[in-house]
Amino acid sequence: MKKYWKDIESKYRKEELKVIEQTSDENSLSGLLSDQRKDIPASRRDFLKLCGFSFAVSALASCQSKIGKAIPYVIAPNELIPGEALYYASSYINGNDYCSIIVKTRDGRPIKIEGNPESGITRGGTSARVQASVLDLYDGSRFHGPMKEGILTGWESIDKEISSKLHKIVEEKGTIVLLTPTIFSPSTEAVITGFLNKFKGSEWVRYDAISYSAIIEANKISFGKQVIPDYRFDKADLIVSIGADFLGTWLSPIEYTKQFSSRRDPEHDMNWLIQMESNLSLTGSNSDNRIQIKPSQETAILLNIYKDIIKAVEKRNIETPASSVDISGISEKLLLSAGKSLVISGSNIKQVQLLVNEINRLLGNIGHTILFDSFLKTHAALDSDMEMLIGTMKKGAVNALLVWNVNPVYTWYKKDAFAEGLKKVGLSISLSGSPDETNSLVQYICPDNHYLESWNDAEPKKEYFSLMQPAISQIFDTRQMADTLLKWSGSTIQSYDFIKAYWVDNLMSRQSEFSDPVTFFDHTLQKGTFEPAATTVERGGKIRSVGTISFDPHSIKTVDNDGKNIVEIVLYETIALGEGRQANNPWLQELPDPVTKICWDNYVSISPAQAKEYNLNDNDVLNLGEVELPVHIQPGQAYGTMGIALGYGRSKCGKVGDNVGIDVWRMLSSDKGNIVYTSKVEYIIKTGRIYPFAQTQTHHSMEGRAFVRETGLKEFKNNPSAGNEEHAYNLEHNKSLYKERKYPHHHWGMAIDLSKCTGCANCVIACQAENNVPVVGKEEVHRVHEMHWMRIDRYYTGEEDNPEVVFQPVLCQHCQNAPCENVCPVAATNHSSEGLNQMIYNRCFGTRYCNNNCPYKVRRFNWFNYSAAGTLSGNLRDIAGMTGDLKRMVLNPDVTVRAQGVIEKCSFCVQRIQAAKLKAKYENRALLENEIQTACSQSCPANAIVFGDMNDRKSEMSRLINSGRRYNLLEELFTMPSVNYLTKIKNKIL
Amino acid sequence: MLQSPLRPPLIEGNKTYRSITSDILNPMMNKAGKYWYLGMTISSLAMMFGVFMIFWTVWQGIGTWGENRTVGWAFEITTFVWWIGIGHAGTFISAILLLFRQKWRNSINRSAEAMTIFAVICAALFPLIHLGRPLLTFFIFPYPNTRGLWVNFNSPLVWDVFAISTYFTISLVFWYVGLIPDIGTVRDKIKKGLKKNIYNFLSFGWKGSARDWHRHEITSIMLAAIATPLVLSVHSIVSMDFASSIIPGWHTTIFPPYFVAGAIFSGFAMVQTLLIITRKAMGLEDFITPSHIENMNKILIATGSIVALAYMTEMFMAWYSGVEYEHYAFMNRATGPYWWAYLIMITCNVVSSQLLWIKKLRTSLAFTFFLSIVINIGMWFERFVIIVTSLHRDYLTSSWTMYKPTIVEFGLLIGTLGIFFTAFLLFIRIFPVISISEVKSVLKISGEKQHKKDLSHEK
Repeated sequence: MKKYWKDIESKYRKEELKVIEQTSDENSLSGLLSDQRKDIPASRRDFLKLCGFSFAVSALASCQSKIGKAIPYVIAPNELIPGEALYYASSYINGNDYCSIIVKTRDGRPIKIEGNPESGITRGGTSARVQASVLDLYDGSRFHGPMKEGILTGWESIDKEISSKLHKIVEEKGTIVLLTPTIFSPSTEAVITGFLNKFKGSEWVRYDAISYSAIIEANKISFGKQVIPDYRFDKADLIVSIGADFLGTWLSPIEYTKQFSSRRDPEHDMNWLIQMESNLSLTGSNSDNRIQIKPSQETAILLNIYKDIIKAVEKRNIETPASSVDISGISEKLLLSAGKSLVISGSNIKQVQLLVNEINRLLGNIGHTILFDSFLKTHAALDSDMEMLIGTMKKGAVNALLVWNVNPVYTWYKKDAFAEGLKKVGLSISLSGSPDETNSLVQYICPDNHYLESWNDAEPKKEYFSLMQPAISQIFDTRQMADTLLKWSGSTIQSYDFIKAYWVDNLMSRQSEFSDPVTFFDHTLQKGTFEPAATTVERGGKIRSVGTISFDPHSIKTVDNDGKNIVEIVLYETIALGEGRQANNPWLQELPDPVTKICWDNYVSISPAQAKEYNLNDNDVLNLGEVELPVHIQPGQAYGTMGIALGYGRSKCGKVGDNVGIDVWRMLSSDKGNIVYTSKVEYIIKTGRIYPFAQTQTHHSMEGRAFVRETGLKEFKNNPSAGNEEHAYNLEHNKSLYKERKYPHHHWGMAIDLSKCTGCANCVIACQAENNVPVVGKEEVHRVHEMHWMRIDRYYTGEEDNPEVVFQPVLCQHCQNAPCENVCPVAATNHSSEGLNQMIYNRCFGTRYCNNNCPYKVRRFNWFNYSAAGTLSGNLRDIAGMTGDLKRMVLNPDVTVRAQGVIEKCSFCVQRIQAAKLKAKYENRALLENEIQTACSQSCPANAIVFGDMNDRKSEMSRLINSGRRYNLLEELFTMPSVNYLTKIKNKIL
Repeated sequence: MLQSPLRPPLIEGNKTYRSITSDILNPMMNKAGKYWYLGMTISSLAMMFGVFMIFWTVWQGIGTWGENRTVGWAFEITTFVWWIGIGHAGTFISAILLLFRQKWRNSINRSAEAMTIFAVICAALFPLIHLGRPLLTFFIFPYPNTRGLWVNFNSPLVWDVFAISTYFTISLVFWYVGLIPDIGTVRDKIKKGLKKNIYNFLSFGWKGSARDWHRHEITSIMLAAIATPLVLSVHSIVSMDFASSIIPGWHTTIFPPYFVAGAIFSGFAMVQTLLIITRKAMGLEDFITPSHIENMNKILIATGSIVALAYMTEMFMAWYSGVEYEHYAFMNRATGPYWWAYLIMITCNVVSSQLLWIKKLRTSLAFTFFLSIVINIGMWFERFVIIVTSLHRDYLTSSWTMYKPTIVEFGLLIGTLGIFFTAFLLFIRIFPVISISEVKSVLKISGEKQHKKDLSHEK
């Protein structure tokens, strides 16, 4: 029996072909197939074989696809099992942002960031920016290698060139300046110190685009400590914040959200937040009382509070100008919770911060809610340093400038002055990893790694250390900034060894658990964090005495613009983009602002009353003198103020972020050396043009429907189901003709605590990263084609001019009586035995009936070929290059990439459920309570989302769904969702 | 001898059997006039425009339409329901009126049935192209397969498939069975050539024997009996696409009768539009008389009034039910951002059809023609109002949005109109537009003669 065809790829192929040629001469194809002797004519069997063969060949030929080259591991790494995820503890550092994270990698590529619960700072929380940072790794616009005058060169030649130039400058007694943001990595600081020692006469200037230098300077005056203290929002019963968006962008929002939300549990002691601000910020949206003020009124308000408090504490009367804002009652409440209150201000004016310090000191908050023992190290730059640097640069006195990770040509308020100064610098080098406005003007580019490719460490807060480790080797020919500096300093050591040595030398002695340096380092690396002093800080630490300083309240000047025809402008950071570092990140660009719900743009927020006065409508383009921006009428915007977001209008960041929005950094100014984030305009011109927005929610009222059920703390104390009376009624009256479904094993469910949820949108991006949710672009969002599986509905309640805000994360509710399931003609959406509403993409052919019939409108249709997964070609709509080879590496291989024309929606991260179940089965044990975490619940900085098995009677999940606060969205429809909401409890006192 | 007063004749102009044949066949056998070519040019251009838009939709995706996250169906389902509705008059005329022995139908049933078929073809296009993945349309059929897949019989869309395909099949068969004797006539009129062979084939060997006639009539009655329930079922099932959902404004039990009445209403309006043109263009005034038009106008009053009643009932129920969502949905229809669509619907369907109570208007051809177009516009808007205004503001206010059609969607409407009129124009050139054999059955030639004779005797 001859068999000729074995395997096309087999190495005997050549020989076989020869044989075929020989035989085929004699008996053609039948001879090829026949396993009989040649002299017997073809039988029926042969005929069928022939048919089968030709069918198979034609079928194979038609479905052959392009074959790329795959290079297998010659020696596979030990720990790598194909198809299984590996997790590395690491740290996220981007400018001043810090987060302790766990990086999920699949087959060697990082695909998802999770929060690290081991961290005493971020405690397992992340932010939208942290979640999105994994996409930055695969950004093709990052520098691909070292460049000289815009031309790629090699590291060796560039090192040689730069070192010799630097040494020459030192020899000629020139000045070398290293310009960085605040660096809170102890080892990098040591590297820089080494560099500064090596190159005598060099200086290190730190510059933070969003500056907190007024707080730092004020603290030096008030307490003799030139730092930003550790604010403890979890220890404060009463928080009075004046324009500080600490839940959104102020200093360390992930940490503060964790702390704040831990005090939003009405069953325990709830805190009370009073927010006074101009823009409706995330913090203002979550406040119990919100007072609208103009920035110019801040000082007078603080002075009046100060007057009341000093009168009560020190029995002194002082004269202050009257405040035009009604703040009655606040001082009394502050005095009642003296030592357990916190007054903060988002202002960057020194006298305001001095006042805040005095108030906190008088209230005895220092050492309780404001700790100086463990201070924040993420913000330490002083704006005056930058002013001085520019002065020196303009004089031509800086011979070499090394810029790393700051972008003053974009973020500095006098950007032209900086650019001008830069021209006079003899040697300009950028160490940043991705293109920006500043490094487009320098001579040499020595690109840094992405943080997921780097070794590093961090000390964001004193005595809270963490390590950063690479999760992938360099994608491009880049080199870590510390390595570059080490190399130029003449050191041969690599940053990994440097860090290890630094930790062993300096930090190992802080602990007694490990005596072996290797074990110590490896253990810390595995855990991600090292917090030797965390326990003592937790106890409150030592309260250092703070001396009284001479503080003269009469020296403080107040400005009152009331009655004048001046509109004050408040410039702020958005949750998504911040100062614009990640402007080239399409996930963040497409993230709707939690409050305005607009993405892909910045705009002028203006109060409804003022809009009426000026006869302005949404989308009207305004001329504000220097810039033109479209109007967004924002309920809750203080009358006489306008809010504009910084961080937009980048011009050199890459394809996605360039020219999105308008650059307004020029509107900043300086007050006694500190950048002021307010401005004013005296005239506004309506250009008559219209500029459409991509806004995901355009109706802002609940129209009296009980989507978000809300009550006050007092009412809740009297009746745990206050505000939720309908629930009992619905439970009683909802009846079905059908038998109730039974879920004998698991019944997955979710509980979302609306009291805790701050609407920060971390879950939106976490979900997008986990579930390969496509980016559709501004035009498509404008056409109401956005694809987010998780959205946060935001409703205004109360008056238009001073609304209250409620947030409600909405995802697929996984109804037990799902309206979508029975209308699908092809059963592409159906119910699992564990209560999941499943979506079978292969089976879906896109009638959109399920979407119409979904009362929650959580289903998303692939209107176009967004993901290149369809069968047709030439119709791709991928504005952000998400289907490019590089960016596709961020895709989660466990989740199908959906094709054009199918419906998709939240799956409760079914891939995670399956993975955990498999693991438990493999280990022959039951699932643990918190073993399965959906992407949204895992990293929620507010701990507002709990996922679990509703059948597990002992779980937190069961406790929550049996609470009086539990209700389902639109429960009167009897869809019986598996997503449960807990009523929002506000602590209204005023 | 006492004679009861005679009914007015159903056809006019002292026709004989011969002249009926020639009158009806002449416009078909002669060379087409320039108006036919003009009509053909316009309608085939419209068709080509629509075909391009279909191609564009399939290739680029449904995103080329104005539909969105909240409004998942809009223009296409509106037009789909509209076309299905238009088809209904044909079946109503051919089946129900046949069973009720309404002989006046004999002049109009052929073209009404043809209209049904073309309308159902236009309608059936929409469920197909509105799919996200139209190449996988076969998923909808419950065919045995090795993958163990089956359709979901709970879904009204599956019911739709059966309803529409049954409807189309029965209509086609009914129409063709009715055509056979006339095709025989055409075959006999043609002397020779390919044409004769084709008609010969199409006539299925019709000989006109008594047995042929007997079987033909039995079949017609049987098919009429089968088709009659379809008049009620098809649009009832289409209405269940909406009625069985939970969207306020859709979820109403009144939908099946309301939709059927609306369908017959719009179908008759379309028959009016077509016939008034056809009789004029083809010189068939004697066969399609003002009394035909008036009869159909009476049906328009009846169905129009049912539709008006349905509108009022919906409003009443929305208020009476006390359901907040229902209440809002209907208030939003009348006073929300799409108030103009609601106003068009009420004006065109309710107000205009009530004018037909006036005999002068009812018998005026010009007015009827104008009115029939108005009603067709109104009925399109009725479906638009039901579909779009219910969806765009449903339960969660956060998802409320607006819907704005794109040129592609208009192109599809224009394209199906093109398909419809192209098919109709071809039809009038290929088959007799009036059923020759059935019209002959209502010719009272002998009775008339006797009557005249009697009259002359009395003198």
